[in-house]
Formats: sequence, C-alpha cells, structure tokens
Amino acid sequence: MLKIADRTFRSRLFLGTGKFSSAETLKQAIEASGSEMITVALRRVDLNDPADDIMNVLDREQYLFLPNTSGARDAKEAVRLARLARAAGSGDWLKLEVTPDPRTLLPDPIETLKATEELVKDGFIVLPYINADPVLALRLQDAGAAAVMPLGAPIGTNLGLITKFQVEIIIDQARVPVVVDAGLGAPSDAALAMEIGADAVLVNTAISVAGDPVKMAAAFAQAVEAGRGAYESGLGKKSSEASASSPLTGLDFIKT
Amino acid sequence: MKITCNGETKEIPSNTTLVSFITDMNLNPDTVVAECDSRIIKRDEYDTLILSDGNVLELIRFVGGG
Amino acid sequence: MFKIPPFHQLQEQIRSAGDADVRRSLRTAHLSTYDLASLLSPAADNHLEAMAKRSVDITAMRFGKTTQIYAPLYVSSFCKNRCSYCGFSADNKIERRILSLEEAETEAMLLHQRGFNHILLVSGEAPAKLGVDYLEQLALRLRDRFAAISIEVQPLSTEEYARLFAAGITSVAIYQETYDRETYDQVHISGQKCDFDFRLDTPARAAAGSMREIGIGTLLGLSDWRAEGLALGLHLAWLRKNFWRTALTVSFPRLRPAAGEFQPLFNVTERDLTQLIFALRIFDPDLGIILSTREEERYRNGMIGLGPTRYSAGSCTAPGGYSNPDTNGEQFSIGDLRTIDEVCAAIKQKGFDPVRKDWDAGFQLL
Repeated sequence: MLKIADRTFRSRLFLGTGKFSSAETLKQAIEASGSEMITVALRRVDLNDPADDIMNVLDREQYLFLPNTSGARDAKEAVRLARLARAAGSGDWLKLEVTPDPRTLLPDPIETLKATEELVKDGFIVLPYINADPVLALRLQDAGAAAVMPLGAPIGTNLGLITKFQVEIIIDQARVPVVVDAGLGAPSDAALAMEIGADAVLVNTAISVAGDPVKMAAAFAQAVEAGRGAYESGLGKKSSEASASSPLTGLDFIKT
Repeated sequence: MKITCNGETKEIPSNTTLVSFITDMNLNPDTVVAECDSRIIKRDEYDTLILSDGNVLELIRFVGGG
Repeated sequence: MFKIPPFHQLQEQIRSAGDADVRRSLRTAHLSTYDLASLLSPAADNHLEAMAKRSVDITAMRFGKTTQIYAPLYVSSFCKNRCSYCGFSADNKIERRILSLEEAETEAMLLHQRGFNHILLVSGEAPAKLGVDYLEQLALRLRDRFAAISIEVQPLSTEEYARLFAAGITSVAIYQETYDRETYDQVHISGQKCDFDFRLDTPARAAAGSMREIGIGTLLGLSDWRAEGLALGLHLAWLRKNFWRTALTVSFPRLRPAAGEFQPLFNVTERDLTQLIFALRIFDPDLGIILSTREEERYRNGMIGLGPTRYSAGSCTAPGGYSNPDTNGEQFSIGDLRTIDEVCAAIKQKGFDPVRKDWDAGFQLL
C-alpha cells in the first residue's frame, strides 16, 4: 500500500483530468484506471457557459481531489491558487506546479522551492512537480514536501521516461514517496517507472488523447501493477558492465 | 451599481448578496470559489456578504487539469 | 537516530548468502544492504578477483587515479576510559603527555615542512585535559597552513562541532570500534566510552554541526569482521540519507600489538581486510576508504588503486614524536615506517598521483 502524508492508496496510478473530450469519457476513464487520486486545475468560471462543470460528473466522496496550481508563473501566484483551492473545499492537499514557460511547461525550480516553503508553513500537504533534479528533490524534502514528482518528460510530449537516470538517483535518495509525473506516453513507460522503484505515477495526456481513453486507462493500470510487482520481487538491475580492458589486479601481494 | 466579475462588467441591483449573484449567474455556490477584491470569501460568508459598487470579483472553480 | 540491528541478525544475513547471491550482487548496478551482505559472506571469497576488478573500476571512476595523503598528529595521550584493546587505556602505565598549543603547533609545522596539507589531530578522551577550547585554539593557529584539519577525539555535542567547524576543523573521525553490543560492553570497562548509543549517534551530531566530512570505522579483531562490515554499510546508508550534504569515509584499523598486550578476539587476515574493502567500495562508490600505517608496506603498496583512497604516511602515534623520534608512549605500533616521500614515490610508481592537498581553507573560512 502506498502512503503519502497521512493517506494510504491501493492504486499507484494517479490520473490527470485535463484534455478529455467529454466529461462522460473522463468519468469512465477514471473508473477504468482504478485511480484514487485525480488532479484538477482551478480556472475562472466561464460566465457564458456556467453549466460546464466537472463537478457534475465526479464524486468528491470517491476520489481524492488534488488541485494543481497550473497557470502559476511564480511562487506568489502558486500560493494564491493554493489558497483558493483550499477555500474550494479540496482540503490541504496540493500539487504544486509553477510553470512560467508556456511553450515547454517546464517547472521553475526556484519558485517551486519558495512556494513549497511557504505552503508547508501554512499547513498544506505539498506535492511539488519538478524537473528530475536530485538536489532540488532533496531541498524540497528538507522543506517538508510530502512527496516529490519528477517529470519523465515535459508535459504532453509522451516521450516516456527520458529522465530515467536522474529519477533513479532521486528514488535512491528519497525520504518521501516519488511520483513520476508527466511525459509517460505508453503503459510500458509507466511500467518502467515502477520497475526502477517509483512509488506511483501520474498520467494524463497519454490517456485523455488516446483513441479509446477508457481502454488506455485500464492498460495503464495493468502496467503500473506489473511494474510494481516486478520491483517488489527483486528485479535485478543490469550493471553497467565494467570495462574488460583494465589490467588484472594481481592479489598475490596479500599475505596468507 | 457596477461590479467586475471575471474581467467583465456586470450591472447589479444594490443590496445583492454574493450568494444571490452567484445563483443568478446559474452557478452552484457549493462548487464555486469567490475572491472579492483579492480576498478569498469563506463559504459561510456567501449569504451575508453584500456586494458594493466597484467590487472586483473572481469566481473560480475546479476544471480538468493534469 | 541511527539504530543498529542485533549483531547476530547481521551475522545470519551474511551467513545465508550463497554463491548465486554473490554472483547476482556482483551484476547489480545499485547495491542494497542485502548485496553488501552477500559480498561480505564466505561465499564471496571465491570471487575476490572479480570484486577486485569492480573495485578498481569504481574507484578510478569516482576518485580518478589519485591517492590522498595525510598525517596524524597525536596531541594528547591522556585518557579517562579503560578499554582493553588500546595503548592509551587509563590503566596502562605509559608515559602520558599533552602537548601545549605551542608544542602542537611546532609538531604541525614539522609535518607541514615535510609536505603534508591534511592532518588529523588525535587525542585520548580526557575532556578536562583537552577540550573544545584547546581544539578551537589549535585550529585557529593551524588553519592558515593546512588545507584540511580533521579531529579524532572524544565525542562532542552538535554545538561544539559547529564551534570547531567555524574555527577551521573540516572533518571528524569517530569510530564505533565494534557494532557488537556484547563485545562493546566487554572491552569498554569504564569511562564515558562505555555508552554505546551516545557514541553511535556522534557521526550524526558532527554532521548536524556542519562538518564537511565524517569518518566512521571499526577496530578489526574485536568481533566478526563481516558483520562489522555490514553494520558499517547500514551506518553509511543512514548517514547518506539523513545528511546528504556530508562526505563520508571509513577506516578499518586492524588490531596490532599495543602496550596493554591485548590479543585480538578474532583473527582478521589481510585477505579478510581486502574483501571488506572491496565489498564496501562496490556498495558505496563515493566512500573515502582510509588505509593507515597499521598495515605493512607490502600490503599498502599492493592496495594502491584497488579501493583505498587515502593513506597516512610517516606516522607517529606518540605525542611529540615528530620532534623527538625517541618518544615513548605510542597508541599502537606502526606497520609501515616509510616517510611521506617514500610513500608518495610508491604511489607514483603504481601510476597514481599522490595528492597532498585536496581542499582549500578558503572555501570554509570567511
């Protein structure tokens, strides 16, 4: 069972709810994924289309809503969004996302750390989204983050786990759960993230824009289980084989 | 009197409470977060807060996101 | 706080490892403590050459073809503890001496002239005779002349370590001696050192006090060396997780004749020591491994580049012994009597670069 802060989760697949073609598809995809925590964003109500409301289809009792601060370009905006989210009744959980560059949507490390420090002091349970920077991950843990969420690849690129090497370092050093978030384009990517020891993954685009999002969601769920099972059964990692060219170390100098 | 809501100017009668403004816009008060003049309004204040001329209102809610 | 499992549990874990476990561990890129246990097991003895190869490659990748040189400077042989294995034990009748600050500075300058830039200040544990004030003042005197000053003295508090760090001490060596509680109680007869847990927590306090580097270690020959190796691995992993900014080193002084005529409780051969070094190198690629002059010239030469990264040289373990080589009252007798120049020549001959200066006080002192 996965434990983050004071909650336990049976499913290690978290779902993002953006970019779905319809609320109904979203609802079915979440059900097919088995996910217990979904991310949501905060936006201005469209006064011309007031009925467009995700809350109509999703049951707050069934899933833990993890509001994100997408749109925030600095710590100040992120903190404001966080407080709005809390006022909206989502509790203290927060996915901190500070992405000043709209082209790449890559997270700003400095603003993320600043915001984390402030939000932790204010009682939030902060899950920061970051580039796969091991030192940044450590600094955020020191600041009280409840988990760290390093990206596999930039949001929406579906490139898979291109940050594998750094993510492995993060996992090795982590004192909190590690959730690989963004860029996972196929179930095999999710399985790989789990095999190397990630505690969970967050998937959005790969499911929402798939031909059959509901089926894809189910496939991801299976992949996450497979990867985790492999990890728990002690999957041996391939060693980067030492070069055969070094001269052999004669040990005959050792006294018997 | 005039207030601004989500960047748009709205004409409203005086003595309008926040909750009635929200419901008049066909929104469910339970699913909407309100910021008035940069201050987050608590849920239990919705029916007591009376809007004044020139208020800048932001109505925000959860939407799909990653 | 760091907690060590019962010693017999560590021994069982090691004993349960077989040949297949060793092979699997040797193939793994990220070793767990389970893998360390298998590399420390008797089954790994058949794979010593393979371990050597891995150790050589990892050491070269992380440390380059270099070996760091340092010298110990014994400033006091006064000690309030009675420890059955140590030449400085309170009940041993030896010549006790504490160097005045001037004398210590003179000794240090001799080392400086001989080419040392890293020194280790060593003393017995007698806080009333040698405390933080003394160390602070000595550090202030020496910091301009030495790139790095380490201490191996009585356990101190976090605040005291922070004070010494500000004065110019860069690193702290504190050896648990043995992680086997039963043996620990047996060989520590009286004094503050009897407190196993207080000592065990000391590396954490030093790291919390901003020390850049912590050295841990065990005295080989007190208990089962394999389980000591596993305990060291656990301690290192815990320190890395909780004090990620702190560099770590390990040392395995092997019991040698001392004034107290203590016979090692376990016989630890050079081959055992070698397996221990390889296992820890493979388990923790970034670990500094120290090989002191307790070991003989032949062995120390052979091990250059195979895992150890730091050598002491020209050592004297009696206070004042550098100025006056006839000084009695040493802590242990030296196995490798060569001068620093001779050791550096041997390192060069093996194709490695002896590094006398690897740090600069400028980084730490404002």
